[in-house]
Amino acid sequence: MTYTVPKLKDFSAETLDKRVAELVAALEAEVNTVASEAEWKVLRDRWMARKTGILSQINEAWLKAAPAKAKPEVGRKVNEARLLIEHHIVGKREWAAKGTLRDLMLGERLDITLPGIRRPLGAEHPIIKTMNEIVSVFRNLGYSVEEGPEIETDYYNFEALNFPPNHPARDTQDTLFIANQESKPLRDRLLLRTHTSPVQIRTMEKMKPPVRVVCPGKVHRNDAPDATHSPIFHQVEGLAVDTNITFCDLKGTLDHAMKALFGSSVKTRFYPSYFPFTEPSADVQISCIFCGGTGYRDGGRCPNCKASGWIELLGCGMVDPNVYGFVDYDARKVSGFAFGMGVERIAILKYGVDDIQLFFNGDVRFLEQFG
Amino acid sequence: MKISPQWLRDFVDFKVGLRQLADDLTLAGIAVESISGEGEHAVFEMDITTNRPDAMNHYGVARECSAIYDLPLKPIAPKLPVASETTAPAFPIEIAEPDLCPRFTARVLHDVTIKPSPANVTQRLALLDQRPISNAVDATNYVLWEMGKPTHVFDLDLLEGGKIIVRRAKNGETLKTLDGVERKLNSEDLVVADARRPVGLAGVMGGFDTMITDKTRNVLIESAWWDPVTIRKASRRHGLHTDASHRFERGADFESTIPSCDRVAELILQSGGGELIGGAVDVIARRLDQAPVALHLSEVHRILGEKLDAREIFRVLNRLGFDVLPERGGESDFTVRIPSWRLDVEREIDVIEEIARLHGYDKFANSLPAYAGSVVELPDAEKDGKLRSTLLALGYDEAISLTFISHQDAERFSEVPAIELANPLSEEASVMRTSMVPGMLGMLAYNLNRGGDNVRLFEAGNVFEASGATANQLKRICLGATGSAVTPSVHQPARPFSFFDLKGDVETVLHAFQHTRLAYDAQTPKYYHPGRSARAVIDGAVVAQFGQIHSDVAAARKLRQDAFVAELYLDRLYQHGLREVRYEALPRYPAVERDFSFVFADAVDFETIHQAVTALRLGELRSFAPVEIFRGGAIPVGKYSILLRAKFQSRERTLREDEVAQWSVQIAKALNALGGTQRA
Repeated sequence: MTYTVPKLKDFSAETLDKRVAELVAALEAEVNTVASEAEWKVLRDRWMARKTGILSQINEAWLKAAPAKAKPEVGRKVNEARLLIEHHIVGKREWAAKGTLRDLMLGERLDITLPGIRRPLGAEHPIIKTMNEIVSVFRNLGYSVEEGPEIETDYYNFEALNFPPNHPARDTQDTLFIANQESKPLRDRLLLRTHTSPVQIRTMEKMKPPVRVVCPGKVHRNDAPDATHSPIFHQVEGLAVDTNITFCDLKGTLDHAMKALFGSSVKTRFYPSYFPFTEPSADVQISCIFCGGTGYRDGGRCPNCKASGWIELLGCGMVDPNVYGFVDYDARKVSGFAFGMGVERIAILKYGVDDIQLFFNGDVRFLEQFG
Repeated sequence: MKISPQWLRDFVDFKVGLRQLADDLTLAGIAVESISGEGEHAVFEMDITTNRPDAMNHYGVARECSAIYDLPLKPIAPKLPVASETTAPAFPIEIAEPDLCPRFTARVLHDVTIKPSPANVTQRLALLDQRPISNAVDATNYVLWEMGKPTHVFDLDLLEGGKIIVRRAKNGETLKTLDGVERKLNSEDLVVADARRPVGLAGVMGGFDTMITDKTRNVLIESAWWDPVTIRKASRRHGLHTDASHRFERGADFESTIPSCDRVAELILQSGGGELIGGAVDVIARRLDQAPVALHLSEVHRILGEKLDAREIFRVLNRLGFDVLPERGGESDFTVRIPSWRLDVEREIDVIEEIARLHGYDKFANSLPAYAGSVVELPDAEKDGKLRSTLLALGYDEAISLTFISHQDAERFSEVPAIELANPLSEEASVMRTSMVPGMLGMLAYNLNRGGDNVRLFEAGNVFEASGATANQLKRICLGATGSAVTPSVHQPARPFSFFDLKGDVETVLHAFQHTRLAYDAQTPKYYHPGRSARAVIDGAVVAQFGQIHSDVAAARKLRQDAFVAELYLDRLYQHGLREVRYEALPRYPAVERDFSFVFADAVDFETIHQAVTALRLGELRSFAPVEIFRGGAIPVGKYSILLRAKFQSRERTLREDEVAQWSVQIAKALNALGGTQRA
């Protein structure tokens, strides 16, 4: 149906708005049907021709016919309508003029199934990523982050952690020692820290309870590299000391952390162990994340937990009172727990990596799997 | 260490299956790693912690079973014949070092027949992978695995002078030990000697010359208690780790010297006959007293978080051999007497651990402690995070390499004194890294050797340098790049990664930091390509050096294509804060661009040109950048043509043609002053 300009019986604002709305609707509908430059010219003439165009018609039929009192209001409405008409028609011109180009575009077909041009992002190292995840779990529990030197003294790595000189527990640490230290007293001799536990001591030396810290970092052992051993690896150590921290708190904290890391269905199991700097000491197992703790999957024994349903993951315990002696805490007033976990072990579990050396040779085929 | 469950049944009558037993022991801290074999031949592979030498034998494990299942523990009570009467002690023992040897017990057997052990002994030893030797030697080994007490047997007739002396070795003395090795001794070594010479390295290994042979008729059995530290030192000094030293250095049972001596005697007499001469010779030079421990129920509760029943505590400790005496009206609730085999238990906390261990860790509730403190990040956490996310976004994969390098590399890639390892894994890994470049080149080579052509890596870590007697640890980031700058594909060909790709990445990184002046110079070390490397200097401090690796270095490492590295000195870079962003009003007036085409001598670098133009201090000059550079053709050798583009813009108004023209003249003059000639 072709739009024609109606005569106005009354010049109230309501009627005017209605009529303008009808006009705009008609305008938009007609503009939308235009597909070429020729059609556009017809449209332009119909709406904007100097004497006969719709624009002129509304000028005549609405503005000039209006009573003097209504003129300013009608004038404004008519002007608005004029701007709209010009905007639509002029705007359509460029589009219509490009008819040829549009035809070209209609004819063009990219093989959009070809791969896109990608700007590669770097991949996070699985160890750093895992370490950050662990730290973040504890940060959410109110733990601050601390770090310490990789080259430590015997005092921080052993003595203050209640490994007395000549204690057999030192044997379990496979320490790499710095050369030419013999002239120093034992406690000052340098070595590569074998665990991140020295940061516990450094932290307690500089602050009083309450203490809650996690200490991520690199550690070293005298282990020749193979699929399961590496002379470097990473640990996250944790320490909480306050009045009234109990073994139940230790269990609850680590149970919570393991669920945060491995999923809420994971169970934890604690059993006695020995570390010179904690007492009671415990090893923590989680229910096998591969077989759901059943010990069996895919119709056979679960290789990940050796069918036991449990995977050993970390060591922990209540801070040994002797340790408090080294940092001037009152063991009768405060208590606390410490825990430590190997980041490689957790990453190996999470990602199913079968050779620890892959973490340390920079092979981009490996690294980019984590991008 | 291996344990035979069948052997355990000699002492405790457990009813559970082997898998259950293994689980229950593990949950009590006596870890069973695996089970092999079946029925009577089943063997537990144990992982007994350093603090529990008392559980490194069958009787000790049986004691744990007794405590776990609340079953009676049968005693080991050797039955010996009545000894022939003697007035004098059977054999005189003299202890010259009472601190190091508080107790030495001996027994003498005559007319023993040395022969293979009976089957019941050899079969049990075989289960534990112990090689049978002879009835006398096997008896000591059997007792070691049964009771955990190392003992030794001498051929009595080969001991000279009719006595045993426990003394320090004299410097220069030697001892051929049972393994046939002639060992040089010094005064640090504690020896068991006869009147003339050492016949055993105390607590570690017996002497070769006095060992039991098939000619032996008369036997001296030794069961002593040795100072753990002395044994450990000797074991390490002589590189001789034995089942005996392993137990002695962890602490043996002071009261087991007589029972173990008697048990060895019983076993030898059973298989080899002979006669027991006199009673046990038991020389106690010094008593080892274990002080009783005061136990407070409140302390048990404070540490463990649960109120445990006093009767349960009593029961658990009793089964483990502790005497628990209630303290009525005393300061504590109980006095706990420690059994002689538990040298690891000295304090109240040690007793509390025993209680928790046998109560079962899993029976304790899980709780989360309340906390009123706040979380503090590491001081550089934000900078570390910014650098890391920037490098990842630039396409560099995060890598970790070994912390050790060779002496040679330390010298080649740094000028600082390296920190040497006393016991390195290899010659290639003998010092702490002084530079991250060798590790990065190693990783680039690793990839190139495996067909990876396009590699971008970064590693954040520490380098180390000796500083007097101490070690300095310095934070660095190293970038490595080789291959194409873009990912070659059907859409775009490869383009070799260049110095300027690397410089751009370095610039992006440095852009994150606040600074007043950033300049580049070419004073890089020799391992860089002299013409394609640079240092970045921020406010006078070198914060980075980067560029192509020198072809000689690349060739030595068999890098088959150009390799680039960048070293960022974070200790210096972190002197600067992260750039603080301030909003700047967007320009409202149009910019005007003017191009300048000039020919310069090669010696005039862009920095010089840029500075000359900057020095004009044209307020409306927004940027002055190179657009094209051309060498060759009509341009004489030693010169280059450069198209420079100036962009003018005012914040207050539209610029007038005449003022732009005037600034252009000023710029052209400044460029002329540098020896540049304007091209038509």
